[in-house]
Amino acid sequence: MQHSQNKVSSASPPMPRSPLQEASGDRRPTGSAPVIELRQVTKRFLTPRGQTYTALRDLSLSVAPGEFCALIGPTGCGKSTTLSLIAGLDSPSAGSVLVMGEEVHGNDPRIGYVFQTDAVFPWKNVLHNVAAGPLFRGVPRREALERARAWIARVGLAGFEDRYPHQLSGGMRKRVALAQTFINEPQILLMDEPFSALDVQTRTLMENELLQLWSALSASVVFVTHDLEEAIALADRVCVLTAGPATVKGIYTIDLPRPRNVAEIRFDPRFVQLYHDIWEDLRDEVMISYERAKHSS
Amino acid sequence: MSEPNTLLERQQSSAHPTAETDSAALAALVRRRRRRRWLINALRLLLLVVLIGGWELGARLGLIDPFFWGRPSGIWQQLVTWVLHGTAQGPLWVQIAVTLEEALLGFLIGVVLGISFGVLLGRNAFLAELLGPYIKAANSIPRVTLAPLFAIGLGLGSQSKVALAVVLVFFIVFFNAFQGVREVDRNLLANARILGANRWQLFREVILPSALTWIIASLHTSFSFALVGAVVGEFVGSIEGIGLMIQNAGATFNANGVFAAMLILAAVALLSEIVITALERRLLRWRPSALSEVTL
Ligand SMILES: Nc1ncnc2c1ncn2[C@@H]1O[C@H](COP(=O)(O)OP(=O)(O)OP(=O)(O)O)[C@@H](O)[C@H]1O
Ligand SMILES: [Mg+2]
Repeated sequence: MQHSQNKVSSASPPMPRSPLQEASGDRRPTGSAPVIELRQVTKRFLTPRGQTYTALRDLSLSVAPGEFCALIGPTGCGKSTTLSLIAGLDSPSAGSVLVMGEEVHGNDPRIGYVFQTDAVFPWKNVLHNVAAGPLFRGVPRREALERARAWIARVGLAGFEDRYPHQLSGGMRKRVALAQTFINEPQILLMDEPFSALDVQTRTLMENELLQLWSALSASVVFVTHDLEEAIALADRVCVLTAGPATVKGIYTIDLPRPRNVAEIRFDPRFVQLYHDIWEDLRDEVMISYERAKHSS
Repeated sequence: MSEPNTLLERQQSSAHPTAETDSAALAALVRRRRRRRWLINALRLLLLVVLIGGWELGARLGLIDPFFWGRPSGIWQQLVTWVLHGTAQGPLWVQIAVTLEEALLGFLIGVVLGISFGVLLGRNAFLAELLGPYIKAANSIPRVTLAPLFAIGLGLGSQSKVALAVVLVFFIVFFNAFQGVREVDRNLLANARILGANRWQLFREVILPSALTWIIASLHTSFSFALVGAVVGEFVGSIEGIGLMIQNAGATFNANGVFAAMLILAAVALLSEIVITALERRLLRWRPSALSEVTL
């Protein structure tokens, strides 16, 4: 086991280190309470055949204020389920989910969620899609639209304000979704494979953009991905989940310096080392998941 | 993060529709479109002339008995008479207004009720399950048979016609609204909730627009059904309206009168169709044009 030095128990999350965060100083007092805490969470679903399917089992995880935490695991292991529990869209079958120290109960306005599948409103144009959050929350119309225009420019969609989603490319729709979420300035940002539909170039750009936005918002991020490289390049910590039912297999602190350039950091020797270590862990789970899929089909 | 991201911007400007489209090719395309349009319109007119001309000719040559089947010139004459001298029940426009009013009233009430109940049951699984069998049973009754019942209960005035139109319209709109609400993307609902929508906003900004595709599709058919309701109601018993004109024409073996009244009804239905299509264009602007432009 070569990755022992990085592996820490999920019960005691390390304080993530990030030069960028430290520079801004006050916002991460040492020893502060976790922003998100999952305690022994189990989630069961009722399958159409009337059996129960356990998607999460005894999953414990906590995310510190301002931390960027990546969740990685084989397909179908329960990553999206975990996010929906944190977002309050679903409730755990056992265990508890705490956000800012309180049990999750319905929707929390401090949470932003970028969904795995397209969730922009097809009947709203780009401007009104992005302005939706502030308008829902009672921001005066003029101000909401103004802020939306600023965000649209920020994600590189200036000039497309009047387009409807079906008139945009997949990557552009994703950027609308990002602006739609960011405009609410969430303190907690849940992102479910936000970039997996993008081509490699756009993806790198968006990843860098995300890191910039994140450091400006000082949000805590839970970022779900299939892609280990992406996870290491972005996160303070990478949390590997087991093939379903998901539980935490290992947590790795990514001690790469910030600010990072996603495109270049992949060649950093430390990156390669981390990749190697985490892949050891992840590979087994991916194989289990793959074998299962093969047998069931 | 305020520093401009040049790469993103470059990518965005290249995604802009290119302004310098080949204007010559465009002009050719427009010309070809226009020519096709013209051809289709000319052929449509020709088809109409052949059909009506054939009918008239057949009647004159004795191939078609105009006593039973009418003839175009007779129908035209009947229309002119009605317009100039009024009908047996009074001026023509009053008859049209009466029937149109009944149909419109029935349509509006039916649509409002249909949408309300459709949304209510679509959002409430318990109610839907509870009432489901009864609604299906009610839907399987041929509802025009209610006409005599309404005539007995509500009299010969417009109420009985409106009631029949409401019943006919209600079920069409109801089922479409119900289905539309059920088909709302759960992801969109979740997203709206996360973005901060309350229950009313969720309804107005997500559920309704999503269901509107279905509801509007049902409006096309339901206005025709409202007209059918009004006319059948008038058949069964009334003192004015286009239905009564048809009834009278039939009773006096005036085939031309039946056709003429039918033509008036068709014109009214066509007009309403135009209005509804315009409404659809406006409300469903956001849809891909390939979908919304498939109208016959
Ligand atoms: N509503 C549901 N009813 C029944 N089973 C469900 C439901 N939602 C999720 N599941 C099951 O729970 C498991 C985890 O689903 P989840 O969407 O969290 O996976 P995931 O890790 O996000 O996968 P992917 O990486 O492919 O998005 C899957 O096996 C899925 O079939
Ligand atoms: Mg998922």
